[in-house]
Amino acid sequence: MVIVGAGECGTRAAFALREAGYEGSVTLVGKEPHLPYERPPLSKPSNGKVTPKLIANEERFVEADITLLTDDPVTSIDAEAMSVRLQSGRTIPYAKLLLATGTQPRALPVEGGEHAVTFRTLEDARAIFKAAETADRAVLIGAGLIGLELASALRDRDIGVTVVEVADRALGRAVPAELAEIIVAKHRDKGVTFRFGTGIDKVEPSSVTLTDGTKVEGDLIIAAIGVIPDTALAETAGLEVGNGIKVDDRLRTSVPDIFAAGDCASALHPFYGKHMRFESWRNAQDQGEAAARNMVGGDNAFARVPWFWSDQYDLGLQITGMPDPSHRVITRQLPNNARLLFHLADDGRLMATSGIGTGNAVAKDIRLAEMLIEKGLSPDADALSDTSVNLKKLLRG
Amino acid sequence: MTNWIDACAKDDIDEEDVIRFDHDGKTYAIYRSPDDEFFCTDGLCTHEQVHLADGLVMDYVIECPKHNGQFDYRNGEAKRAPVCNHLGTYQTRIEGDRVLIGLG
Ligand SMILES: Cc1cc2nc3c(=O)[nH]c(=O)nc-3n(C[C@H](O)[C@H](O)[C@H](O)COP(=O)(O)OP(=O)(O)OC[C@H]3O[C@@H](n4cnc5c(N)ncnc54)[C@H](O)[C@@H]3O)c2cc1C
Ligand code: FES
Repeated sequence: MVIVGAGECGTRAAFALREAGYEGSVTLVGKEPHLPYERPPLSKPSNGKVTPKLIANEERFVEADITLLTDDPVTSIDAEAMSVRLQSGRTIPYAKLLLATGTQPRALPVEGGEHAVTFRTLEDARAIFKAAETADRAVLIGAGLIGLELASALRDRDIGVTVVEVADRALGRAVPAELAEIIVAKHRDKGVTFRFGTGIDKVEPSSVTLTDGTKVEGDLIIAAIGVIPDTALAETAGLEVGNGIKVDDRLRTSVPDIFAAGDCASALHPFYGKHMRFESWRNAQDQGEAAARNMVGGDNAFARVPWFWSDQYDLGLQITGMPDPSHRVITRQLPNNARLLFHLADDGRLMATSGIGTGNAVAKDIRLAEMLIEKGLSPDADALSDTSVNLKKLLRG
Repeated sequence: MTNWIDACAKDDIDEEDVIRFDHDGKTYAIYRSPDDEFFCTDGLCTHEQVHLADGLVMDYVIECPKHNGQFDYRNGEAKRAPVCNHLGTYQTRIEGDRVLIGLG
């Protein structure tokens, strides 16, 4: 078994092969020079320090008899010969191959875009927080989750922050407007300046010119304008791609014996009835595990709905499912200003639940809501808004 | 020798739920199982320092509120990534309507 990409997904898959009882050889090939580490803590540094949090230490790889190759990207796949070729020239044969190549940050497509640094890897985090030691003002391009988490981390170090966003509000894709407003209000409270509805004209080493002609100065300029799935390798093998590597509900690509999972995969999802690509940490683990089981003889559809969290200042956001503006929204007000929004389809089915509160105030309810969603239930709207009704009761009927 | 600490009343914990209990600079989680037994573990997740008492109890499993790591709260066993280190567990004893935990 060969896995390409030693990120969250690939690493989880490697261990899951062993958990499924597979005893043959497992090789995990990574492009990065480090032991696999978690990305989420990179934008949430505690005490202002970037310390890599390993997904598994060396000892666990040895114990599980997983061969980890780092700093040696796979450069091509020969699907006929069933082998992969590494940059070092080495060729490794496979019986089954998993692509878990993740995503790459989108580069800023404007004049001087290269002056804006991007944020995905440990090196990126180290460079940004090193620059932050001497920076006074940062310009963050893109008010997405990673941009806003960074804004929060930089404000904690008392660096001035301007966030520039081309859309007219923050967190457009993933987060309902009502919760995005709470988050933006918090950022404003903490001194962040927002410039919505304006694009970037050009970037210079210490300033950004907006499309409305104004110039924003900054000694640290960061672009966090989304990611693109890393499908370069998949294309060398003629795999079908389209917003990610296309896989069926078993996470099999269009070429036999090659699977794909995690941020790079666009999977046919039974719950949504179409191909979906998720960019979240738990999904990377879940799909990695599911792919691993199917690689060693399992035959199970991957049907989990996505779940993610984001931490900004003392606020904890969690969302399960995919909220859509067309949904009917039922609000449940929790103690200490925490809030849950239940997103219902026209037929009353619960499709998504989003929540925000201090710390982990919404965690328990979000998890229960996720189970309600996965069961395909249509809970009574009054019960959903009534704080005295335990969601566990609704789950068990 | 076990040092028995009076932690809470039985009814402070709902069935199939958990509460946080702090004692002597340490934090614990005390659980009431679906069949009305009481258990006690370390209060913080072994992945990051997160209070497990904000998490969801389903049957005999506590799920961390932060990243969905899971433990069997009866023996502290780590059940689901990202957690791989087990939780410490402590004895419990019921006296009348009080829950005591055994430390030390
Ligand atoms: C700063 C930051 C904060 C985040 N915070 C959160 C959060 O709070 N909550 C949340 O749910 N999600 C968060 N995420 C998203 C989460 O980290 C990703 O969803 C997850 O890492 C995806 O895992 P993956 O393994 O699919 O991809 P990746 O983690 O991108 O791993 C893919 C790996 O494959 C390697 N690779 C690519 N091509 C090759 C090749 N040809 N040969 C060998 N190796 C290759 C790459 O170098 C990379 O190491 C965050 C991401 C970032 C960057
Ligand atoms: S802190 Fe508990 S799973 Fe991460």
